[in-house]
Formats: sequence, C-alpha cells, structure tokens
Amino acid sequence: MSNEVGKITWISGPVVRAKGSRNVGMLELVEVGEDRLVGEVIGLKGDQMTVQVYEETAGMQTGETIYGTGLPLSVELGPGLIQSIYDGVQRPLPLIEQAVGSFINRGARFDSISREKKWKYTPKVKVGDEVKGGDILGVAMETDTFEHRVMLNPDDKGTITWVAGAGEYTVNDPIAKLKMGKEEKTVTMLQRWPVRKPRPFTDRRGANIPLITGQRILDTFFPVAKGGAAGIPGPFGSGKTVTQHSIAKWADAEVIVYIGCGERGNEMTEVLQEFPHLIDPRSGRPLMERTVLIANTSNMPVAAREASIYTGITIAEYYRDMGYHVALMADSTSRWAEALREVSGRLEEMPAEEGYPAYLAGRLAEFYERAGYVNNLNGSQGSVSIVGAVSPPGGDFSEPVTQHTKRFIRCFWALDKSLASARHFPAINWLDSYSEYLEDVGNWWRERTGKDWLAMRNRAMELLSEESRLSQIVKLVGPDALPFTERMVLETTRLIREGLLQQNATEAVDAYSSVEKQIRMLELVLYFHERGMAIVKRGAPINLIHDLPVVDKIIRAKSTINNEELQKFDDLQKEIDQQMGQLDAEYRQ
Amino acid sequence: MSETTILGGQEVVGVGRIEGPILVVEGAANVSYDEVVEIKDSRGELRRGRVLEVGEDFAVVQVFAGSTGLSIDGTRVRFLGNTLHIPVAEEMLGRIFDGLGNPIDGGPEPLTDRYADVNGQPINPTARIYPRDYIQTGISTIDGVNTLLRGQKLPLFSGAGMPHDQLAAQIVRQATLGKLAGAPQTEGEEFAIVFAAMGVKNDVADYFRRSFTESGALTRVAMFLNLADDPPVERIVTPRAALTLAEYLAYEKGMHVLVVLTDMTNYGEALRQISNVRGEVPSRKGYPGYLYSDLASLYERTGRIRTSEGSITQIPILTMPNDDITHPMPDLTGYITEGQIVLGRELNFAGIYPPVTVLPSLSRLMKDGIGKGRTRDDHPRWGAQLYAAYARTQDVRALASVIGEEELSDVDQKYLKFGRAFEREFVNQAFTENRSIERTLEIGWKLLSILPKKELTRVNLDEIEKYYTGTDASN
Ligand SMILES: Nc1ncnc2c1ncn2[C@@H]1O[C@H](COP(=O)(O)OP(=O)(O)OP(=O)(O)O)[C@@H](O)[C@H]1O
Ligand SMILES: [Mg+2]
Repeated sequence: MSNEVGKITWISGPVVRAKGSRNVGMLELVEVGEDRLVGEVIGLKGDQMTVQVYEETAGMQTGETIYGTGLPLSVELGPGLIQSIYDGVQRPLPLIEQAVGSFINRGARFDSISREKKWKYTPKVKVGDEVKGGDILGVAMETDTFEHRVMLNPDDKGTITWVAGAGEYTVNDPIAKLKMGKEEKTVTMLQRWPVRKPRPFTDRRGANIPLITGQRILDTFFPVAKGGAAGIPGPFGSGKTVTQHSIAKWADAEVIVYIGCGERGNEMTEVLQEFPHLIDPRSGRPLMERTVLIANTSNMPVAAREASIYTGITIAEYYRDMGYHVALMADSTSRWAEALREVSGRLEEMPAEEGYPAYLAGRLAEFYERAGYVNNLNGSQGSVSIVGAVSPPGGDFSEPVTQHTKRFIRCFWALDKSLASARHFPAINWLDSYSEYLEDVGNWWRERTGKDWLAMRNRAMELLSEESRLSQIVKLVGPDALPFTERMVLETTRLIREGLLQQNATEAVDAYSSVEKQIRMLELVLYFHERGMAIVKRGAPINLIHDLPVVDKIIRAKSTINNEELQKFDDLQKEIDQQMGQLDAEYRQ
Repeated sequence: MSETTILGGQEVVGVGRIEGPILVVEGAANVSYDEVVEIKDSRGELRRGRVLEVGEDFAVVQVFAGSTGLSIDGTRVRFLGNTLHIPVAEEMLGRIFDGLGNPIDGGPEPLTDRYADVNGQPINPTARIYPRDYIQTGISTIDGVNTLLRGQKLPLFSGAGMPHDQLAAQIVRQATLGKLAGAPQTEGEEFAIVFAAMGVKNDVADYFRRSFTESGALTRVAMFLNLADDPPVERIVTPRAALTLAEYLAYEKGMHVLVVLTDMTNYGEALRQISNVRGEVPSRKGYPGYLYSDLASLYERTGRIRTSEGSITQIPILTMPNDDITHPMPDLTGYITEGQIVLGRELNFAGIYPPVTVLPSLSRLMKDGIGKGRTRDDHPRWGAQLYAAYARTQDVRALASVIGEEELSDVDQKYLKFGRAFEREFVNQAFTENRSIERTLEIGWKLLSILPKKELTRVNLDEIEKYYTGTDASN
C-alpha cells in the first residue's frame, strides 16, 4: 500500500528532506530509504517535504526513495497491549530481541499486536442492535481477570447484521458485521488510531476522586485527582523515577501506562523484572497484568522519543474509553521537549527560549489536556491521570519546560536537592509543592474515613510553615532562644517530617500506606501536638517531651505498623495519654 | 583501522569550503550519512573524517585531525562507503592506541577480521539484566555508602587539582567481586580494563600507565589515548572506540570490563566546538541541544545482557568547570549515569583522601546490591543513618558558626564530634588501604555510637542492640 512519493535530497541526523509529490499529507507516515525506516512528514513546501525518521539514519544516501502510506502515524489498539513493552513508535521490543538479538537493529518490523494469539471473547450485542462509536461490542479476557472491552471505532455507527458467538478469536477474526448506510463493514478486535489526535469522549466530569498512591506526602498533603495532571520536577538524583515507579506500583488505577522517555535502560529493565513478581493488592494479580510499558531510552532514536509520549497517551485514552481509570507516567517530559528542540534545531527554525521551539508551550498544553475524568461515548466513565517528570537543567525551576508545565498542571510536586542529599525521601519539598485538588477531593476523604482530613492536613501544613519560620531564627540564635511553646512546634514537626513525610520506597511495610493508615498517623501526630502543647503551656520543660519514649515509637510506626494492624495506633495513642498524663499531673499545680 | 583495508570509493578533488575542522565537499554523489572519508592533503598525507550532513550535491565532513594545512584545491576526499569501524580482539588488551584506535605502542595492527561500528547500537531494554552484584573497591565512601555494582555507570565529579586520578587508579587496582561481610576473601575475579583519555595531559596518561604497571594489571588494560596536544575532534571518537572494544570483550568474550573515561569535560568541549563552527542553535552555555542524547549514547553502553556472562562498568571522570555541579557537563552526566561520586575542595584542603563529599554523592543501584544475602542485613539502614547524621552535622556546624560551639546543646555537640570523626576515620583512608566491607561497616557503627541511641531512627532497634558500642544506656 505504499508508493513512491519522493527522493531524498538532504540528511542530517533524524531529519531528512526530499523532493517529489505534492500529494503527501502533513504528518503522514512514510517509509524512508531502501531500508524503509519509519518516518513522519513534519513539513511541506511546494514539492519539498521534511521528514523526521524514527530510526538511526547512518548509511542512508541522497537519492534514496521515500514511500508514502497515506496514513498518519498511528498505534494499534486491541487486546494484547497489556503486559507489552514497546519502543516510542509501538514496536514490540521482545520480538525485536528475538529476531535480531540484544541490540536494536534498525528496519526491524513487527506487528504491535499479535495476529496469532487467541482471546476468549464474549459478545455483548446481538443482530439488529443499533450501535454507535465507542459502544461495547463484546469483551475479551486480556489477562485471567482483565476485561478488554471491545468498542466500535469512534467514527462508526450502524446496525449489527452478524455477531460471532462466544469463543476464541485472534484480533484479525471478524467479531461482528455492521450495516453502515449502504455499506457492510466487518469489525475485528483490532483498531488503529492516529497518535496525535485525542480520542473523543462526550464530556468532562469534575475530578473529585483522588488517585490514591499510598505515598503519604502525595495522598495526604498534595493529592492529585483521578483525571488530573501532576508535574514532578527535580534535579538529577532527587527521586523522580523512584516516585513514578512507586505510583506505578501502588496507584489505585486499573491500567498503568509507563513511558520511559529518553531515560535509562536499566530503569525499564528494573520494571520489567520487578512488576511480574509484585502482586497488586486490589486484584491479587501480578502488577504487570495492568501495565503497558513504552521504553524509548536516551540512546534510542530521538524522533521516536518525541513520538513515545503520544503513543502512550493514545493507549491510555483507549482504556479510558472502556470505562477504566488509567494512570500515565512520563519520565521524563524534559527529554521529550529536548527531542522537539533537537528536531527543530535541525530544521533551523527560529528558537524561542533556550533553543526550544516557540511551539513548546502549545505541545505541552495539548499533552496535559489529554488528561481528564470523562463521560465516554458509550456512557461509561473513565479517567486518564498524568504524572509528568520534569528534569530542569541545573535543577533550576525557572527554565522553560518547568515553567510551561506549571501552567497546564494543577499539582506540583517539587523535588529538592538538599532533602535528597540528606536522604529525606521522597525529597518533595512541602513548602514549594502545591495541589489545586485539595477542596475537590475533601468529600471523598470524609466519606471514606469519616474524618475531616482537610482540616487536619491544613493544620499539619500550618505547623510545617511555622517550623520554617522558626528554623530561620534557630539558625541565627540557636534553639534555646525560643520559648517552649515554639519548641513544641519543632518537636511535632520533626515527627511529621520523619514519621509521616519520609517514606522509604524500598522497605516492605513503609512502601505503601493505606488511606486509613495515613489518616491515623496524621491524627496521632496532631494529638501528640495538642497534648504536648497543653503541658508545655503549664510550664513543663520541653526536653521532658522530647525524651518521652513514645516519640521514637511514633517515628518508627510507619515501618513497624502495617496496613492490616491499625489498632496498634490505638495503643500508641494510649502510650501518649499515659506518658503525657504523668507530665500533665506533675505540672498541673 | 588501517588505511589500507578499505580501498576504492568515490574521490572528489578540491573542497568548497573549510571552516575549522569542517569541510564542505561539493559535487559528491551518493554520499551516505555518517560515512567515513579519507582526506589527502596536497603533500599526500592522509587524515580521516566523518560525514555530518549530506545534501543533493554537497557533504559536510568533520576532519578528526583538524583542517590545518588543507587547501581548497589541493585536498582530495575519498568517501569510503561505511561508518567508522575499528578492529576488536582480545589481544588488544595490553596495547596502546591513539584516539581513533590505531596502535601507537610500536606493535602491529591487531590481528583480527572482526571490525565493529564505533557508534554501537542501543541495547534493547528487554535484553538487559538488572545489575545486582557489587564490586568491592575497598574504599569506604564507595562500598559503604555509594556502592558500585557490576554494570553500573558511576562518574567521578571532580575539579582541577583534585586527586580524581588517584581515586580512579585505586578503584581499578582494588576492584574485586563483592562478597558477604565476614566471608573469607577469595581470589578476586579480575577485570579487564579499557582506559580512554580525552584531551588530558601526558602526565595523566603516564600516571595511569605506571599505576597499571605497578599493580601488574598492564596486560589486562587497553589504552586509547587522545592527549591534550592531539586533535580535539578526534576526542569525539575516542570514547566510542574504547566502548566498542569493551562491548566486544564483555558481550562476546564474557569478560567483566571496567571502563575509565577521562576527562569527559574535554569531550564535551570538542562537541561544542564543532557545533559552534556549524552554526547550530545552542542550548545552555553554547553546548548543542543534543548534548544529552550524545552523552547518553556513550554512558548507556554500560550494563549486562542476558546472552553473556560479562559486564561493562563505567567510571567516567569529569572535572567540573569552576567546581560548578550545575554546569551542563556534570549536570547532563548526572541525569544519565546511575549516581555520582563528588570530590570536594574543602576536604581536599583539610588533607582528607579521598576527598569524597558524601552528601551530594549517590549510587542509585546501591539498594539492589547490598543488604541481606549480599553484604549484611543492616547495610541499607546503616547507610541511610550515616547520611542522615552527617547531614544533621552540617546544620549543626552552621549553627555553631553563629552561636559558637559552647552554646550548642549536648546532642549537637555530639553531632560535631561525629562529623569530625566521620571525615577523619570513615572518609579518610590511605591510597594503599583496601578496606573489607565488614571493616567499613564496623567503622560506621563505631561512629554512630558517638550519638545517643535516640538519634538513630533509621536503623532498627535490634540493630542498635547488636552493633551499638556507645555509652548511651537509655531505651
Ligand atoms: N522514596 C524513596 N525511598 C528511598 N530511596 C529513594 C526514594 N526516592 C529516591 N530515593 C533514592 O534516590 C535515588 C535517586 O532517585 P531517582 O532515580 O528517582 O532520581 P531522579 O530524580 O529520577 O533522577 P534523574 O533525573 O537523574 O533520573 C534512588 O536511587 C534512591 O536511592
Ligand atoms: Mg529518573
């Protein structure tokens, strides 16, 4: 289906120019050169076309042919996506390895979705049904427990004239026939969708359910809503990847799309080797059975890195359309922006800030706009939440990618080098971070826990900002100059920092805190504060509070009390009562 | 690669333009992107170059040896039709090559018919094995708190005049496969060493050569030398040539290879120079926008793959201009490598060797190579505790400088004491001192025991029970 559309006239890295047909479309997928490397038309002028090539161009010559396909760059959608690992243009990496060995060769072509594998399929429509785009025609079991809802292509509608009975089918087997006007159309489980075009939905709903991640500083302090967008900027080694891995492991989403965009090979390998062995506490199944991986590492072709973000988000939207909650992680969006810059530079476009093209902000906006909690075409509800890592040069947040990203997200998790150096993890700075979803998700917390989470959370934040003010003074004159009531604040904030905010991703008990555990911890620390404050106000010296044995226990509770034995927090509270009670009695007169 | 191996190819006489190390060759047909060219000057001397850009009737060529002495009419350019390849063979260990892989030790060309593309190819993430085996370097600041694993890339961030070469030499000399704390020292499996020098002084290359000789390692070392007075453009090929040999040794011959690249800052400068000559849009500090991808194409050539027993571990050395860690070279390196060992002026002035500044140093893979069954159960928490305590020490020092040491609380005084001891006894060690992992752990516990038990919230209570040797009797 491909025909000659031009001859190459110029090559520079991932960008080539060619001369030929005037009928090539903007953003059309083309095959470049005799090796038929995958490329995309990114500029047209008269009979000149500019193409970005998704594979290494070394060895390519001028005069080689470009072949058109008539289609935009698209992904294949259907059962088999889950548990897959693809490169940025959806080439299946395991098949490439089988075919050409440990190193990625260019020109290797494989179907993104297996044509042979059979799926257990049950129809959900019958002959005579009127169906429209997005409607669920049937379900295929994508894993033992995951229902892949096979939908009619968003652009189609008509009357069902035939359906396949329950059985096992490949993605090429017909599962229904449809009368669309005069035409009859055969439907299979396989669809294509152009990656740069958002998949349609009916309308957006309010985002008022938090995406629970089990990370205390996120859920309790800076929550992101399902369908929301969060940015996690930070210098190298501050914890972007570890945080994203933690979210990918623990978030209460039904599908995870993880995009390793211009980052390390070993990090993707880590996910690949770890996720099949980690059990999702909700489904009881391996985490891999809800995960789609896109790996376009830093040493893989840069144009495919640019595409990887779109490949990932399109897959995420597809599962959203089925009525699932999907969480997408992109590590790192800065590398994607740099890919834009690199291609733009080769095109000699006018740069805006720091060499980035002027359309950087627009592209970022388009990407984050694809997050959302929506009413789907088929009436179901689903969401795509986006967590994008940002890698600012020199850790300086004033650079263009961080600044523009800030405009399009509502949740900002600012990583801090000095916290990371002191091994305070997650090194998310509580004073620089914010969430605009706080009010939206307050109700959910109340219904779930019966407690006023927001008030407690705000109280804790108040103490932390008070601490920041006090530590300025301490730095100048030492802690002894502070009155005991202020030093009591410092005692409590130490508990908040070390007991609550710090969370070790590598330790079994601490890695994931349930919502209930989080609220109990928060409550306990604030309780400690109120009681301590009362006693100090009566004149008890602060070191007596500092030395209470229960303090150490509270700090250690995160890793000594697991999610199933929360009654132990009652015991801790009793210990506070008992130890503080004694002091209280002593200083009552 | 020898000039005689590839004959033929189209030849063009005369060039259109010469700008710095860049030639624009006109009237060449069927030129391939990235192919190698051979350039003959009017006296018949040969040099080599590489195609950076091809147009319909021109090609932009980068000349490795620079363009000094080339003339517009007197220059002949022959296009060799292939990307740059170097011979690879086991017998290249023990030999010395120039920055393009030609022998310069007076010995013969390596006898082999295996030629490999210096650009390599990306490792498929599905083909990798995640690194888990630690390398005992005998250096406490590495083994204890920034453990290096086989298949890791861990750079040394240093500055002019600091002993990064000594530290690298010590690592290379002492590196052996790690073992459980307390297990008997077995005969260490030996690493093959691939050493690449980019723009460093002759003394530096000499220092390493001597050090390899003294430790008896010379027969296991291949050196690729582009020295300060060698052509800068050649530097762009040097680490690639070295890594190409390393890949052959590790993935085809199953060897454990340690690659030392020094000095990456000079490499970056060569890249910047070419980019500027070509008039490319710069990003930060004049470096090209593709600096990150370019560095990644070197650093990512590290690791282990499933089809081989071997591994590549990289120790790039990088001097930070003005000791500035946010400079694009250390910054982008840190974004690609799996941690960094940072050397600091202050410790160096204080006579501490190796002057490893612990707080900004990091080994990201450490968590997967230590602890139960690998070093010792308490190791991860012990490390976190040392970090936390030393970080606290910095705050206390700042406070002490304002209010005076005498005004500090008892606990803070102990932190000061801990900090001093940490630098003198843990960080500081002799150039010849090869500490076992249990010795490193023991020193750490001894230092932690300066602090009250209550301060040690990162370690478990039973670990305190077992290893704490201080006088604090509480709890
Ligand atoms: N929650 C955590 N628990 C324990 N350790 C952590 C945590 N977060 C980060 N770390 C430590 O910090 C190191 C660096 O984290 P990470 O790799 O996520 O940084 P990054 O911000 O992604 O850096 P880069 O931009 O270079 O990719 C980890 O290897 C780990 O040792
Ligand atoms: Mg990262």
